[in-house]
Amino acid sequence: MSASESADAGAAVPRPYSTNLNPNVQTPHPDTQLEWEFRLAPLPAMPECAAALSKETMVELRGVSKRFASVTAVDAVDLTIHKGEFLTLLGPSGCGKTTLLRLLAGFEIPTSGQILIEGQDVSNIPPYRRDVNQVFQSYAIFPHLTVEENIAFGLKMRHVPREERRRRVDEALELVSLAGLGKRRPQELSGGQRQRVALARALVCRPKVLLLDEPLSALDAKLRQAMQLELKQLQRRLGITFVFVTHDQEEALVMSDRIAVIHCGRIDQLGTATEIYHSPASAFTADFIGEANLLDATVVSNNGVTAQLSLGDGAELNVRSALLRPGTTRALLSIRPEKLYIARAKPAKDNTFKAEIAEEIFRGAMDELRLRVAGGLQLMAMVANESAHEHAWHKGDTVFCSIHTDDIVVVEQK
Amino acid sequence: MAAAPAPSDKASGGKRRPGTTGWLLLAPMLLWLLAFVVVPTAFLFVYSFCQRDELGQVVFSFTGTNYARILDPVYLGIFGRSLWYAALTTGICLVVGYPVGYYIGRSPPQRRSLLLLLMMIPFWISFLLRTYAWLSLLKGEGLVSSLLQWMHLLAGPLEILYTPEAVVLGLVYTYLPFMILPIFTSAEKLDNSMIEAALDLGASPVRAFTQVIIPLTKPGIFAGVLLVFVPSIGMFAVTDLMGGAKVPMIGNVIQNQFGQARDWPFGAALGVTFLALFALAFWFLHDRGEEEAR
Repeated sequence: MSASESADAGAAVPRPYSTNLNPNVQTPHPDTQLEWEFRLAPLPAMPECAAALSKETMVELRGVSKRFASVTAVDAVDLTIHKGEFLTLLGPSGCGKTTLLRLLAGFEIPTSGQILIEGQDVSNIPPYRRDVNQVFQSYAIFPHLTVEENIAFGLKMRHVPREERRRRVDEALELVSLAGLGKRRPQELSGGQRQRVALARALVCRPKVLLLDEPLSALDAKLRQAMQLELKQLQRRLGITFVFVTHDQEEALVMSDRIAVIHCGRIDQLGTATEIYHSPASAFTADFIGEANLLDATVVSNNGVTAQLSLGDGAELNVRSALLRPGTTRALLSIRPEKLYIARAKPAKDNTFKAEIAEEIFRGAMDELRLRVAGGLQLMAMVANESAHEHAWHKGDTVFCSIHTDDIVVVEQK
Repeated sequence: MAAAPAPSDKASGGKRRPGTTGWLLLAPMLLWLLAFVVVPTAFLFVYSFCQRDELGQVVFSFTGTNYARILDPVYLGIFGRSLWYAALTTGICLVVGYPVGYYIGRSPPQRRSLLLLLMMIPFWISFLLRTYAWLSLLKGEGLVSSLLQWMHLLAGPLEILYTPEAVVLGLVYTYLPFMILPIFTSAEKLDNSMIEAALDLGASPVRAFTQVIIPLTKPGIFAGVLLVFVPSIGMFAVTDLMGGAKVPMIGNVIQNQFGQARDWPFGAALGVTFLALFALAFWFLHDRGEEEAR
């Protein structure tokens, strides 16, 4: 891709989940990071980019279940992972995402169902005969070997000749920016460097699928952000299929081509970051990804274009009828807190409530406002932080908050 | 690519020194060591350069003959045999004890406690009683012999008692737990993801064992080897009972010097030589172990 093209793509595509509400203030980036921004484009969420992604199947799970004694960790999961895709398994701890990864690695054998890699059934193939490598959460760097020996381990096990081994180890060290540290002992490395060794050790084997088990969770926030972009870039450059496990929704949004939200051993929703953020398919996903106001509503009237919903105690909302199935009487709505528009004067808009600020919580870039709407309804709003200015919001202020019809998502209805 | 990650934060600070409280807490043990290890060893050292009169009394006049006597082929032979038996014992204990220690260490906590308990139960019975039990098991008309004959695996009565084999068997039985325990400790500490990483990188179970599990449990192996080899070389009770005093080891010789032979200076010289050899061996093994651990 030429420089101008990538620059265009970078300029034309705003990050859909950006929290930077002021277009005039740009987040300062070191040059290299800016370069990433452009190189990372095209962003996965855009349809024309999605087309660029290969649709060839790399991994296929067919009704895969895993039961431990009485616990069902993975429950009849069907999933297709494309070649060269960055797929994230996202969920809270204990949801089965790690078991799913271990099934792919071969550390667990499915109780039922099939796992296919490039069409070959590998369900019963042991980990050492699968073209799959893993980056462990604890890194699992062998402490009795040097960095070089650690990286060469997989090649040695596969009987790669010494010369080629050395060349590939050097390449791998270069790839993860650890050139020159090959003779070090793992104990002499920082957490971030160990993480890179783990990555190099897995990548050097040229796996068909790279499995990553929360590899960034042990790093501090700054380093984690840098590594997120670096990993993503690396994945794009190498074209290797990545399956990434995390409980950190922000990490998942930043890095993934597609996200599988896992809940109770099942895939709750599978889609791109924007799909999952903007159109959560369930209350769980809406609540787990980002913040959400989940509101129970009763349908009052529905004229086929607009439906009027009651939130109880006189609060009413208008939503598009298209969101509701005919005959729906009750619905669970999800509204993102940053979609709430707050003003002192009453705006001439639909879906406007008069509210009192019950709590103002400073969150750095954003201000979190807890609003109490007349009638007892509680809403959470996120606004750009203006605490230092005169027109800042304060606890006890009376304000008006309005919600655009398009920003209301129906996650459940009956 | 990206800027280099944060530089490694080196562990800082030297070793902690015990303060006043520390010394107070250590005092009982230090006094114990002083009274029952340092002082007797000093006596032993002094005695080893003394002579004895006809009645076996120690005479405090300097001589080096006690040490010269050790080089006598008779004693060197016994010494060599002791080394060989101890090495054999250690080898067998390692081969038998490693899988056991490893298995216990990798078991879920509940089963682990049970297995450890089972291993400790024999210690509740006097060591001498257990050795006598072996005698009754192994003797010509004993249980093992009868069983083997009944199964037609043996034509005549078993003739293992009072042979070197019986001695080694007794030594292995006595010291096996000292091999199992440190290996158990190492195996327990072994991070499961290390083994999984090895398998993940294409190592068959056998290669994962030789390339990763053994190197990572080496501290336990070293400790076990030391704990078995050192005491088994100086053991005299097992050799007396199960070897019928026909296959003396260095421990028997030393015990004899302080007992029947009434030659304390020579016994002391043997003891000091022994101690020096152990110290050397320990230093060597420990150094190697440290290197491995690094």
